[in-house]
Amino acid sequence: MISYVWTGLMVIACVTAVCQGRTEALAAAVTDGAADAVTLCLTMIGLLGLWSGVMELMEQAGITRGITKLMMPILSGLFPSANHSAKQYIASNITANLLGLSNAATPFGLLAAEEMHRTQGDSDELLRFLVLNTTSIQLIPTTVAAVRAALGAKNPFDIMPAVWGASAVSVTAGLLSSVLLSKVMRWGKQR
Amino acid sequence: MTAILIPAILVMTAITALVHDVDVFGCFLTGAQKGIQTAVRLLPTLLALLTAIAMLRASGAIDLAGKALQPVFSVLGIPGECAVLVLLKPFSGSGGLALGNELMKSCGADSYVGRVAAVMLGASETSFYTIGIYTGHLSLRRTRWLIPAAMTADLAAFAAAGFFVRLLE
Repeated sequence: MISYVWTGLMVIACVTAVCQGRTEALAAAVTDGAADAVTLCLTMIGLLGLWSGVMELMEQAGITRGITKLMMPILSGLFPSANHSAKQYIASNITANLLGLSNAATPFGLLAAEEMHRTQGDSDELLRFLVLNTTSIQLIPTTVAAVRAALGAKNPFDIMPAVWGASAVSVTAGLLSSVLLSKVMRWGKQR
Repeated sequence: MTAILIPAILVMTAITALVHDVDVFGCFLTGAQKGIQTAVRLLPTLLALLTAIAMLRASGAIDLAGKALQPVFSVLGIPGECAVLVLLKPFSGSGGLALGNELMKSCGADSYVGRVAAVMLGASETSFYTIGIYTGHLSLRRTRWLIPAAMTADLAAFAAAGFFVRLLE
């Protein structure tokens, strides 16, 4: 799937650039994109390293265990077949996301996904977890607030309630559509 | 208030770990090592995705699609200026942030368009990029309903952004 998307994106880019006479910009973009990837990776090495260190401390100090216990009822409802260590990684992933640290959330998400994939293959639950990760569940939209502050907004954080509302709608829509779509697809296959 | 939050998390974690008799420094290093390895493992995926997205932006395809879809988005209450953001954000977080920055600058950070753009950015993820990283990492080939469900969630976030900004004005 991702192979088709990736090839498709590049084909669309080439065709459009030729039609619009932007081939030079396109050629520059290839080099820029590759350089951007390295820059982003370097930033991520720092941030992921730091937050993974902090999360490791949280785990050893029993903080994650406390948070996991609090989230357990929700986690068991959403991911009934996930084993305990998968649930723990999911809880850490959600914790980091709530704090607006999506960079720190990724390694835990990857570990959780790895564990779920190992025990249940490409199950509905694994896909549901991935959908959850494509929705934003942050409480503190740090990055956007920083941009607003830089541009002179009166109160950069006053968008928070609207962000919570829109996030809640988005998470609900994602979970509902994943339940519905998996039912529809299974039904379609049985016929 | 929120500025102290992140340093406070660091300090509180270190103190709690000390109280629980954890080897704080060694433990941090172990965790940091894992994080660094994850980041390095992500580089090939980043390289593939960011190059394709940069090409898409440079070709003008994203702007064209935004203009074409403007009538559809206006039905959902998404301001025309934000239409391109809806298309860009699922692919590129930094691209979305750059475009949002432009919108907030030209329309004003406290204007309706500026606020909707900010809420859109805050309430959504870079879905294709996220899906790319996870499916690439697990080498999943059949993603079944993953992409439609993720797109539904994104569209819901974008449509709700306009609604909540008007509601809470």
